[in-house]
Amino acid sequence: MNKVYMDYAATTPLDQRVFEAMRPYFSENFGNPSSIHRYGQQAEAAIETAREKVAAVLNCSPGEIIFTSCGTESDNLAIRGAALAMREKKGANLLLTSRAEHHAVSKTAEQLEKYYQFQVEWLELDKFGVVNPAVVEKAINSSTAVVSVMYANNEIGSINPIAEIAEICRQRGVLFHTDAVQAAAYLPVDVSKLNVDMLSLGGHKFYGPKGVGALYVRKGTALIPSQTGGGQEFGLRAGTQNVPYIVGFAEALRLSAEEREARSAHVRPLRDRLIGSILEEIPDSRLTGHSELRLPQHASFVFKDVDGNLLLTLLDAAGFACSSGSACKTGNPEPSEVITSLGLSRDWGLGSLRITLGAASIPGEVAALLKALPELVQQTRALGRN
Amino acid sequence: MAKVVVAMSGGVDSSVAAVLLKQQGHDVTGMMLRLWSEPGKEDSNRCCTPDSMAQARRVAAVLDIPFYVIDAKEIFHKTVVAYFLDGYANGQTPNPCLACNRQIRWEFLLNHALALGADFMATGHYVRKQVSSDGRQLLLRAVDPAKDQSYVLHVLTQEKLARALFPVGEYKKSEIRDLAEAQGLSVARRPDSQDLCFLAGEDYRGFLQRNSPQILSDGEIVDRTGKVLGKHNGLPNYTIGQRKGLGLTSPEPLYVLAKDAATNTLIVGEAGELGASELQAVNVNWTAGITRTEPFRAFVKTRYTAAPAPANVMPASEPTQVRIKFDTPQRDITPGQAAVFYEDDLVIGGGLIVPSIEENL
Repeated sequence: MNKVYMDYAATTPLDQRVFEAMRPYFSENFGNPSSIHRYGQQAEAAIETAREKVAAVLNCSPGEIIFTSCGTESDNLAIRGAALAMREKKGANLLLTSRAEHHAVSKTAEQLEKYYQFQVEWLELDKFGVVNPAVVEKAINSSTAVVSVMYANNEIGSINPIAEIAEICRQRGVLFHTDAVQAAAYLPVDVSKLNVDMLSLGGHKFYGPKGVGALYVRKGTALIPSQTGGGQEFGLRAGTQNVPYIVGFAEALRLSAEEREARSAHVRPLRDRLIGSILEEIPDSRLTGHSELRLPQHASFVFKDVDGNLLLTLLDAAGFACSSGSACKTGNPEPSEVITSLGLSRDWGLGSLRITLGAASIPGEVAALLKALPELVQQTRALGRN
Repeated sequence: MAKVVVAMSGGVDSSVAAVLLKQQGHDVTGMMLRLWSEPGKEDSNRCCTPDSMAQARRVAAVLDIPFYVIDAKEIFHKTVVAYFLDGYANGQTPNPCLACNRQIRWEFLLNHALALGADFMATGHYVRKQVSSDGRQLLLRAVDPAKDQSYVLHVLTQEKLARALFPVGEYKKSEIRDLAEAQGLSVARRPDSQDLCFLAGEDYRGFLQRNSPQILSDGEIVDRTGKVLGKHNGLPNYTIGQRKGLGLTSPEPLYVLAKDAATNTLIVGEAGELGASELQAVNVNWTAGITRTEPFRAFVKTRYTAAPAPANVMPASEPTQVRIKFDTPQRDITPGQAAVFYEDDLVIGGGLIVPSIEENL
C-alpha cells in the first residue's frame, strides 16, 4: 500500500541539500566552538556563518540570533527570560497571551503563574482563532511584562496581524514575542518589518533537522537565561553548541526563504482543492481557522459527530498520515484548547482533522485522499453510533 | 496472508498472539481499547493503564506493526458497567466479562477492526477454533486446561467466530512466556491480570458503594421457611455458598442459599440444603452453530473456575432457553453467571443462569 504523508505541520523530512551541508560537522570538523585551537576555530566559524545566514533571512544582526535545541526551548527562553527580566527591571508581573498558543508558550505562562507569582491574562480570540490588535490594546497596561502572540497557528493555520500587535506593544513600551515556528516555512520572517522583540523558530518545520531552533532577541532586550553554564550564545543559552544541526538549521532556513514563493505556489492550489472539495462533499463539515489569512499548505476541519482519533486511525490504515486537534495516542480524546477556544461545541470539537501539505505532495495524492475521505468520515460516524 | 487486527492489552498473551500471527506471515495491526475507569482511578484500571498502554505500544514497535488505541470509555460504561450494576441490583452476581466479550471486544472492537479492512480479529484468549467438515466454526477448550477461557467466549456467534483467531490457545501458558522471552519482549514475566479491569484492583463492594449505593440496602436474613434470623447489609455483599461473615448464631453452620431481590432478603440454610440439581438458563447462544431441540448429555460449567459437571441439558420450546439437570447436586449455582455446555473440548453453547422457581417462592 502506498503511504501518503500529509502532516508537514508536524514535521518535514530533511532536505538532502541540508543533509549535505551538515555532513562534514559530525566526525570531520568535530571541534568544540569554544576551544582555542584550530578545531574549535573551525567549528566556531561554522556557527558564526550559520548565524549570519539566519540573520540575513531575518533582516537583523547576527548578534541577535540565539541557537537553541528547538522551537519549544526558544519559546521558553523568550517568555520566562523576558518575564523575569521585566519584573526585575520595572516590577511588571502581567503576561498577555492566548489559549490558541502552542503549549510551549501557554504551559510556560501557566508555570510562571503557578510558581513565580506572575499573572496571566488570556487574550480573547475571534472565531478564526485570531488575536485582534484592539484586544491587545485594551489588555496591555503598565504592569505588562511581555505579550506573546503566535505568527501562524499550528492547528488551524490562521495568521495573526503580528506587525500591528507589535506596533501597539512598542508604543506602550512592552516586550513582544512571537512564536513563528509554523509560519517560517511559508511566511516572511523579516523582524524589522514585523517589528517584534523576540521570534522563535524550529528547524524541522522547514526541512531542517529536529533538535535545533533559534530565538531572535532584539538588541538591548534583557533576558534572564533558563540554562546557565559556560556562557555560550551570548550568555543566554549555555551548553556546547550542536554544530552540525545549527549548520543544517541555517541552510534550511536560507533555502526556505530563497524558495518561499515557489513552495507556496506548489502547495496552495493543492490545499485550495482540498478545502473546496471537502467542504462540498462531506456533510456537516467546517473549515477551522481563517479561510484566506492562513498558511498556504494548511487545511483544517471539524466534522460533526466524528471521533477525530478514530478518523486518523482509519486514515492511517488507508495509507494517509494526517493529524487532528485532539490527537491522543492513548484513546482519551479531548478537544484541544485551540479548538475549544473557537467556541465549537463538543460534538464538533472532537472531530477535527488537519491536513498539511509539503514539498513532496502531488495532485494524485490529494485526489486519492479526496476519494477516500468521505467514506472514512461516514464510517467513523457509523462506528460512533453503535 | 490475511490482514489481522490483534486486540492488545500490554500483557504477555496478546503480545505473543501478535508475534505468532506475524510469524505465520499475516499483515498484523495492533489495536487497544481505552476502557472506562472510575474518575481518578485511570492509573489502576487492569487493562488500560498508561503503563500497559506503553507496553503494548512497545511490543507493536518491536514487531514493527501499526498500533492504534480506540476510545471505548462511553460504550463500556453504558453496557458493561451498567450490566454489572443492574445485575447486583437484581440480586444476581453478574459476570461483566461476558458482556464485555459480547458487546465490547467482539462487537465494538471487531467492527473497528473490520472498518480498518481486517479479515480477522485475534485476541490473546486461551481457546482454540476449528472449522467442522460442514463449515461450522467450532470453539474448543485451550490446550492448557488451567488457562482455558472458553467459558467467557461461549457468547460468540458463528458470524463472530468466523472472524476470530486465537493463536495462543494452542500453547501452554509456560510456552507462551518462553516465546515472549525468546522474542525479547519485556512483557514476558508480567504477572497475569485478574479481577475486573474497572475495579482497579479493589473490592467490588466499594465500587458498588460509590457507584450505586442504593443497591446496598439492609434487609432480613431468613431461612427456607421464612423465619427471620438476622439482618444483612446489602445482598451484593454475599455470595451463594458463603458461610463466614453472616453474623448469625446457630447450632449448625449456616450457608447462603439464595438471594431474593424482590423482598431484599438473604435466604440461608444448613449444609444439607445447599446445592441444586437443576438450573435454568436463558439467552442461550448455540456456540457450535446448531440449535439443539432434543435433550443431550454434556459437561456443564457454572462458573469460570468450576469443574465441568455431567448433566442432561434439556432445551425448552424457546430455543434460547434450557433446563439443566446435573447427575449430582452442584453447590454454587449462582444466578448472573453463565452455564456453559461442553462435549469433550467442544463448546456446544451456554446461557445465563436465572433464579430457579423454587427460590422465588
